[in-house]
Amino acid sequence: MYRYDDTDRALLRQRVEQFRDQTRRFLAGELTEEEYRHLRLRNGLYQQRFAPMLRISVPYGLLESAQLRKMAHLVRKYDKGYAHFTTRQNIQLNWPKLEQVPDILGELAEVQLHGIQACGNDTRNITSDYLAGAAADEHIDPRPYCELLRQFITLHPEFYWLPRKFKFGFTGAAVDRAATRTNDVAVHLVRRKDGAVGYRFFVGGGLGRQPMLGQEMNAFVPESDLLRYSCAILRTFNRFGRRDNIHKARIKIVLREWGYERFRAAIEEEYARIKWSVEGEELLLLPEDIERVRAHFTAPPYRPASATRADLAGLAARDAGFAAWIKRNVRAHKMPGYRVVFVSLKAPDRVPGDCTAEQFEALAELCDAYSFGELRSTYDQNLVLADVAERDLHELWRKLDAAGLATPNIGLVTDIVCCPGLDLCGLANAGSVGPAQDIYRRFDALESQYEIGPIRITISGCMNGCGHHSVGHIGILGVDKHGEEWYQVTLGGSAGNDAAIGERIGRALARDEIADGVERLIRGYLELRCDEDETFIECYRRVGMAPFKTRLYESESEAAAA
Amino acid sequence: MTMTILRDGELAQDHWTVLEDGVGDIASAGNRVIVTLTRWRAEREALLAAHAAVGVLVPNTADIEAIYPGIRDRPLIALQFPAFTDGRALSQAVVLRKRLGFRGELRAVGDVIRDLVFWLGRCGFDSIVPRKDQSLEGCRAALAELTVAYQAAADEHAPVWIRRRTARAAAH
Repeated sequence: MYRYDDTDRALLRQRVEQFRDQTRRFLAGELTEEEYRHLRLRNGLYQQRFAPMLRISVPYGLLESAQLRKMAHLVRKYDKGYAHFTTRQNIQLNWPKLEQVPDILGELAEVQLHGIQACGNDTRNITSDYLAGAAADEHIDPRPYCELLRQFITLHPEFYWLPRKFKFGFTGAAVDRAATRTNDVAVHLVRRKDGAVGYRFFVGGGLGRQPMLGQEMNAFVPESDLLRYSCAILRTFNRFGRRDNIHKARIKIVLREWGYERFRAAIEEEYARIKWSVEGEELLLLPEDIERVRAHFTAPPYRPASATRADLAGLAARDAGFAAWIKRNVRAHKMPGYRVVFVSLKAPDRVPGDCTAEQFEALAELCDAYSFGELRSTYDQNLVLADVAERDLHELWRKLDAAGLATPNIGLVTDIVCCPGLDLCGLANAGSVGPAQDIYRRFDALESQYEIGPIRITISGCMNGCGHHSVGHIGILGVDKHGEEWYQVTLGGSAGNDAAIGERIGRALARDEIADGVERLIRGYLELRCDEDETFIECYRRVGMAPFKTRLYESESEAAAA
Repeated sequence: MTMTILRDGELAQDHWTVLEDGVGDIASAGNRVIVTLTRWRAEREALLAAHAAVGVLVPNTADIEAIYPGIRDRPLIALQFPAFTDGRALSQAVVLRKRLGFRGELRAVGDVIRDLVFWLGRCGFDSIVPRKDQSLEGCRAALAELTVAYQAAADEHAPVWIRRRTARAAAH
């Protein structure tokens, strides 16, 4: 975990005071609503339908127990006793009072948390692999690089007023667990044949309107040049990103309008100019800079000899609940004797991603007791205890279960990704939580979930796409039609290594058709799959849209035929 | 009529006059004038003959590196903020200061509110003309709102990774 030094702490304290003064001036009428809007967004504060919303950045999804205890305290003191984990690994408070937000930020600063650049047209919180440091398929731990870039982009004066939001996603593993190519910039850490470490940069991804996946801009930027190349991209965007139309302001539009060759040439030219200037000297990272930050992310003191538990299989055989949890929510770890444990935030009748004060406290205790004091948030709105000894699994499961955090459904049909939607969000056109709960209830029986196997259902309440509908295997997008909530369905999206944007299947569904519609699609899959090992997405890719379309709208085609 | 602006971090009387495009009588405009880039290019000799000093107002869409040879010897370059949320001139400023080595007066004009001032200072503007309704004292104070920074810009800061590098070397 990165530990703040005096510089980091002073910056955060001053930032809180700067915002306190801005809020005071707004309440005193010295700042207009519109002026204050841009200032509060850059401190994580949105105005939602019924109340402000405060988004708290969780740098690359890494949390520790003191932060969780602080969250428990804050949601009790300033909110309604719960908070919400987002698809960008962040946390949102839904009901803070505007005039109390500076105090909340002051309390967050005590535990290295803040809302800086959590919203607004600026560089947002960096997302990364929630298994960083623990995954067997990792070639390079991305966290030190995320932290170095975090420092570079935090309150960068030149890039503080960008045309539109700007997101970075990092991975250093074979499997992309951070949906990196849905970001404006994806950075993949790579090791060349000669052993040299560097970055493979993708640019131009983004969800929302006209969803696109990032395209490779440079296959190998040397390790020393993370900030130089990032600066070149940001400057190109700041200069040429469109400011005349908010819907065309992301960097993906510059790429599309210019074409790949011209766009890439512009980035490379700026990169070259930076390299051969004073700026280039300042932005050059020396090996010692990287080592200094890497020292914050050393492996925890694993004790493999005493971590193993020989009778795990026996325990599971005696207890079906434990067995299901081990199978669905526990994954392999690179260290023998250790496992990765997923904490499901997708319990029945709960809003996906919500976490109560009691659960924050329980998690603080559990990560202290069983996972070296750390917790990660995932892009699927779940949590991860990344370093759990096998011998602790049964005890941990009992305690998670008691806290309502052990639903054995990771990666299954009820592990639904979902934005807050019209229940809270000022941008939403339609509810997303309601449809998520309809689908959840329809498939709640665990046996049917297990039969269906891995599938990712994602729901957004508007085309801004916080619920990542365009990269869901089944994506559901809420739209407003003459004051009614309707839902467009896409199939075949994916956010992993095989990233793809889903395709629209046909006419939108009414709210009360969603559960039936999804069930028809899934029944279709169960009929169409060649065997139990073929997943929904594999099956879709093999058979294509047509058979799913026929099944989804079967009653209509029958009606037409009759 | 002079106006008060921020120069080098302090309130100062300004002695530059903006000479709008199309205003014919350039001689009557005063000693120090700021003209648009278009006018500067078209009337360079006449302007130099009529005024002690000529500054140039550059649109925020201009490719600053491409036009720099034509304005490098100007005592003042003014950059525009059509809205305080439009940060294009911040990149122009950083490139002017850090890459091109412009040492003259670098002025920010337009929708300059107090809460933009801090960022202007860091990007190398030493001359700031706040929007008319803004508190000048507030703008001056804003320059020092944050005294720590992670990255180098066009001010005195060295980036934090270099400061930490040096601190560690000194500790050994």
